Amino acid sequence: MNMNRRGFIKTSIAGAVGAALYGSHALAAHHGGKKRVVVVGGGIGGATTAKYIKKYDPSIDVTLIEPNPHYYTCFMSNEVLGGHRQMDSIRFDYEGLKKKGIRVVQDTVTDIDAAGQIVRTASGKTYQYDRCVVSPGVDFKYEAIPGYSKAVAESSIPHAWKAGPQTEMLRKQLEAMPDGGTFVMVPPPNPFRCPPGPYERVSQIASYFKEHKPNCKIVILDPKNKFSKFGLFMDGWKRHYGYGTDKSMITWIPADKGGKVIKIDPDTKTVHAEAGTFKADVLNIIPPQKAGAIAFKTGLTKGDWCPVDHMTFESTLKKNIHVVGDSSIASPLPKSGYAANSEAKICAAAIVSLLNGKKMPEPSWVNTCYSIIAPGDGISVAMVYAYENGKIIKVKGSGGLTGKYDPELRKREEMYAHSWFNNITADVFG
Amino acid sequence: MVKLKRLTLPVMLTVGVMGAGSALAGGVDRAAILANTCAGCHGPDGVSTGPATPSIAGLPEEYFIDVMKMFQEGERRNTIMGRIAKGYTDEEIELMAKYFAKLPHRPAAQKFDPVKAKYGKKLHEKYCEKCHEEGGRVADSSGPLAGQWKPYLQFTLDDFINGHSEVDKKMKKKLSKLIRKEGMDGVRAVLEYYASEQK
Ligand SMILES: Cc1cc2nc3c(=O)[nH]c(=O)nc-3n(C[C@H](O)[C@H](O)[C@H](O)COP(=O)(O)OP(=O)(O)OC[C@H]3O[C@@H](n4cnc5c(N)ncnc54)[C@H](O)[C@@H]3O)c2cc1C
Ligand code: HEC
Ligand code: HEC
Repeated sequence: MNMNRRGFIKTSIAGAVGAALYGSHALAAHHGGKKRVVVVGGGIGGATTAKYIKKYDPSIDVTLIEPNPHYYTCFMSNEVLGGHRQMDSIRFDYEGLKKKGIRVVQDTVTDIDAAGQIVRTASGKTYQYDRCVVSPGVDFKYEAIPGYSKAVAESSIPHAWKAGPQTEMLRKQLEAMPDGGTFVMVPPPNPFRCPPGPYERVSQIASYFKEHKPNCKIVILDPKNKFSKFGLFMDGWKRHYGYGTDKSMITWIPADKGGKVIKIDPDTKTVHAEAGTFKADVLNIIPPQKAGAIAFKTGLTKGDWCPVDHMTFESTLKKNIHVVGDSSIASPLPKSGYAANSEAKICAAAIVSLLNGKKMPEPSWVNTCYSIIAPGDGISVAMVYAYENGKIIKVKGSGGLTGKYDPELRKREEMYAHSWFNNITADVFG
Repeated sequence: MVKLKRLTLPVMLTVGVMGAGSALAGGVDRAAILANTCAGCHGPDGVSTGPATPSIAGLPEEYFIDVMKMFQEGERRNTIMGRIAKGYTDEEIELMAKYFAKLPHRPAAQKFDPVKAKYGKKLHEKYCEKCHEEGGRVADSSGPLAGQWKPYLQFTLDDFINGHSEVDKKMKKKLSKLIRKEGMDGVRAVLEYYASEQK
């Protein structure tokens, strides 16, 4: 298998990539000797790119533009919902990046002039760049679910698919819920940010109910017939939450059983689905997703997402602008934090190589997503990715899922999940 | 299982393997590209902030290669490294081994029991110092034990003891002797000692 991969890379690197890196991209213009990179969005993809550009070449002038003074990680926000962790443990600031010499600007990017290579912000400032990196995460198609809207999300029915006030709102609602109440979740259709996320959330909330409100029920109205880590979640739900029995805390209604939602009534938190009408005490709607708004405005999108070159993450639609993270089309890499972090490092290496007229080494990526089904029961999915024939590919023989239930190893995976959280956040913001 | 060695790409390796900075005159090398994908779990530059995942900075080259092979072959019990290690060719593993061997090991800031640690030091000297020299600080036959995350060392030793992982025969003998004489408390005391070595 490796032989095959080797053969492909040899030709593709020598040919296509060599040409791409040397032919079409001339050396960057020098502004007072310094090359300038502007990064839009201080989330996982943006912050990592900024940090690794500085790490690989400290002489490059790096500006990171992000509207919020703090970043709340989505990962482990489900543990906040489960009551196993506090909000402040998922909050990070930009002091670490500032210490590394990155200029962090608190502002919102309103416009990117691709031809003029200028970024404009809400406060009226402009930033010239040699290379721009865009990592705005996802936006929501609220309108896809009649009755739902941004206003409803912010006042009473959170999506909690961007961590922060939304997470807090959902946690408070769960705390206020009576024992015997019903929590209804509407997960999104593919593709979306963090494929196992909704089901990890259900697990976490179930663990909270099991301990504090054992008569509560969870109903999932899913537009899909299958989901990430399906077998592992099903097995875990059976062991912990009676799934499949008449005492099951969790009811999962897939698309082919009428899981598709027709509309909601936000005032009564009632969901009208193909399978019938469901009245919720707490309702969580995770709408269908698309690239962040600034990507659309800049003309970086084709359909809902941004096509990019898989070696440099440069947009195939706009020169000198790179897109990483959830907004980019990097499949088979999923829309995850680990993937965003991994893509960002390759993008940083490509930008440094391009700006210095150097060869870009052959890229490599890793993805892992841990989920905690119940305290002491951690699972994961992992994969190593390589570059072949101009595309990101899964390395055959690598990766896969946690094996069958082994209590000792599941405990270890929970500890390793927490270690992963500490290490990836140190890698992004530290 | 026979691994086909991947050839070195003539076009990519313009610079050799470098240390922590990993940037040379604006270039990025392939070893850094590979190694930096591990940081999400093992920490930036191979130094883990814990509480369990091991630091891999400063692992001796040979040991790093051996352990990655053991993960590939399932000879070391693991939760995830088998799935990861199978993604790399021998040559890629060698590149990463060289890269991480040059990075400085930084002892983990972790809790320990000072009384047990003191006793553990004695036990270490009697049973383990011969191969894990200077209180386990010298990384030679394995990674540094001093300052490695305690849960990781505990899991690894448990797997050695229970026969879930293959281990150096002489090491196994000493470990068994320690357990015979001191019980699992003896093992725990040694681990407290390694955790106490934070300088
Ligand atoms: C509940 C949940 C659990 C998850 N768990 C995991 C997990 O266990 N493991 C994992 O790997 N991933 C997980 N993820 C996925 C992970 O959070 C995302 O994939 C990751 O954050 C993507 O990074 P990004 O840079 O694309 O977007 P983000 O991290 O969302 O960053 C985007 C940033 O851009 C900023 N921005 C947007 N527009 C502008 C603009 N116009 N100007 C300036 N700034 C702008 C935003 O303020 C934001 O800070 C989870 C997600 C959720 C929702
Ligand atoms: C998803 C998290 C994760 C990723 C990604 C990961 N590791 Fe690991 N690593 C672990 C865990 C957890 C262990 C402990 C063994 C186990 O349970 O798998 C470990 C153990 C190791 C060890 C053994 C340390 C020792 O002292 O014996 C080495 C070496 C190692 N990893 C190297 C790597 C390299 C190189 C990469 C990147 C190519 C990498 N790891 C990527 C989680 C990870
Ligand atoms: C005869 C030499 C020898 C002796 C004595 C010895 N070890 Fe080891 N140890 C090794 C070798 C070689 C390895 C490499 C790993 C392998 O075989 O898998 C190792 C690995 C380890 C590891 C795993 C390190 C890692 O990074 O995963 C631990 C922990 C350890 N030894 C602890 C001990 C303890 C505790 C003692 C004393 C009771 C001891 N060793 C005695 C040779 C020895």
